[in-house]
Amino acid sequence: MSHAEHGRDTSPKPYGVVAAFLTPEQLLAAAKRSKQAGYNNMDAYSPIPVEGLVDVIEWRDDKLGWMVFFGGLFGITAGITLEWWVSTTAYAHNAGGKPLFSLPAFLPVFYECTILFSAFAATFGMLALNGLPKPHHPIFNAEAGSRASRDRFLLCIEADDPQFDKDATVAFMGGLGAESVEYVETSEGY
Amino acid sequence: MAKKEAYDERLLTGEQSNAKIDTSIADIPLEGSRHMQPPIKMLFGVKGSPWLLLLLFGFLFVNIMMLAITVLLLNGIGVWGNNEPTGWGFGIINFVWWIGIGHAGTLISAILLLLRQQWRNSINRFAEAMTIFAVMCAGLFPLLHTGRPWVAYWLFPYPNILSLWPQFRSPLIWDVFAVSTYFTVSLLFWYVGLIPDFATLRDRAKKRITQVIYGVLSWGWRGSSKHWYRYMHASIILAGLSTPLVLSVHSIVSFDFSMAIVPGWNVTIFPPYFVAGAVYAGFAMVILFAIPLRKWYKLEEYITMKHLDWCAKVMLATGMIVAYGYGMEWFYGWYSGVPFERSLLYNRLHLFDAPYSAIYYLLVVCNIAIPQLLWSSKIRHNLKWLMGISFSISVGMWLERFVIIPMSLMRDYLPSSWGYFSPTIWDYSLFFGTIGFFVFLLMLFIRYLPMINIFEIKELAHHTEHEAHKEGAVAH
Repeated sequence: MSHAEHGRDTSPKPYGVVAAFLTPEQLLAAAKRSKQAGYNNMDAYSPIPVEGLVDVIEWRDDKLGWMVFFGGLFGITAGITLEWWVSTTAYAHNAGGKPLFSLPAFLPVFYECTILFSAFAATFGMLALNGLPKPHHPIFNAEAGSRASRDRFLLCIEADDPQFDKDATVAFMGGLGAESVEYVETSEGY
Repeated sequence: MAKKEAYDERLLTGEQSNAKIDTSIADIPLEGSRHMQPPIKMLFGVKGSPWLLLLLFGFLFVNIMMLAITVLLLNGIGVWGNNEPTGWGFGIINFVWWIGIGHAGTLISAILLLLRQQWRNSINRFAEAMTIFAVMCAGLFPLLHTGRPWVAYWLFPYPNILSLWPQFRSPLIWDVFAVSTYFTVSLLFWYVGLIPDFATLRDRAKKRITQVIYGVLSWGWRGSSKHWYRYMHASIILAGLSTPLVLSVHSIVSFDFSMAIVPGWNVTIFPPYFVAGAVYAGFAMVILFAIPLRKWYKLEEYITMKHLDWCAKVMLATGMIVAYGYGMEWFYGWYSGVPFERSLLYNRLHLFDAPYSAIYYLLVVCNIAIPQLLWSSKIRHNLKWLMGISFSISVGMWLERFVIIPMSLMRDYLPSSWGYFSPTIWDYSLFFGTIGFFVFLLMLFIRYLPMINIFEIKELAHHTEHEAHKEGAVAH
């Protein structure tokens, strides 16, 4: 199949330059130096969360907290509304002379609903913001890509960085004390 | 068991590196041969291993459980021993017992995460797995106890042609919500914790099929720093959400009793005392499995004597709360001045004049007397003693529910309607069947999933090494 058949160019395109380090400290230092050198579009890949890395690459995203808040708000509202509607309208049943809308007795159910929907929001919100599931990603084309889940700490300067230049970036990253430096392209068909 | 191990203050012993952690933990599910260690002789000289033996034992009892369920469904609840006045027998005893066992997992993964307790890292994964399997066993009992489990979905609020809706003032409906939420949230938390570990397994697997399976399970996790940031955020939020669950689930279970007017049940101490009992039983079960597993899979460097020591201390503390609860039951019974409460106390304590009162004494021995040995550090550091005490607590916690449920119901207000409860073979086979089911699931879990959280151990190893460097720098 030729690349132009669907009217979209699906040939491999540059993705970035990946340097592999042995420790999180080396990774952090390399990220700082890349930032100083003027690179902005970076990401790191590591087997453990590296403290302070997102601060170095100046990236922040606190949407998740809000998603969980609204998940919980939905849970508590849905829980109380359901209990209220069921007990006063749909099946108004006098149990032991208690008021039809018995808030104290309704607490356990809407409390559980709050937690349930917050937990859904936290889990699926995290996955959605992270763009997972995503079975394939260009970083897996790197030799070291599959080591990021085990024992290597990777720094990738991405090709969409305005300062990115294949040879210059490879040379720059070679000077960061990495174990290996490689140029990575996206896969055919993406 | 093994020779006595020296007590070490560290949470990780031995030289650790990322590569070593991978071979020690991540390769267990990848290498079938690891499960055939240590070799033992089984029947007729066939070679086997403790894992295989437990798997077969579990499988046998899963079949017994299936048989018990089939007999129950064909004949109805009449095959069980509960009958008026004892409407709740083994079904509810076992439900409460199993739910309680799950609580250690949630406590370890949620409360200890919020408290930044590093010792949770080595035991949280399999404790959480135990939570999920224990809740599965627990859920089976009330489900079957409804008598017609095929319409158990009537318990949930949904629009139906019967125009019927649940009674939200009933503790039994609270239980449906509490237990199903507990199960769902525990499962989500467990799965979220597994995602980076699935990626490690995917990248270490050699066979294509294994790579694909773990790859799918990892949802394409690539360890991006941006992903980690949101991931850690989500973990701490899930821990915060699970923390109230640790306290609420067993509180709500205890409302099944304390909201009723049966003597011995209508007590305000029930919620905290049930929660403490749940954590108590849960840690006992964690120790019962942790000690053999660390030995068979050579994980002594990760689940150290210090972990076991702290688990034992948690048991001792929660055990004292439980003992306080028993004391309060006595006090309330006497101080209330209610003749029915006082006669309940009499029934529990009078060895020769009331049914099953020997069980009450056995309970006090198993749950209060024997665990006092844990005050001694020598006993806490002795694996055999720890196993024995944990077993005694597991039995004791089951007896506690026996004392609360049938013993209160056998003799309540009207002596003319007093009765006797005797469990049948189908009660026992379903109970032991679920124990087999639990063991079976746990063995499958050990076979196919990493039983210790890989990335958290790597993080811990890195921090420990870092601190050692710092201390070294100060000394120079």
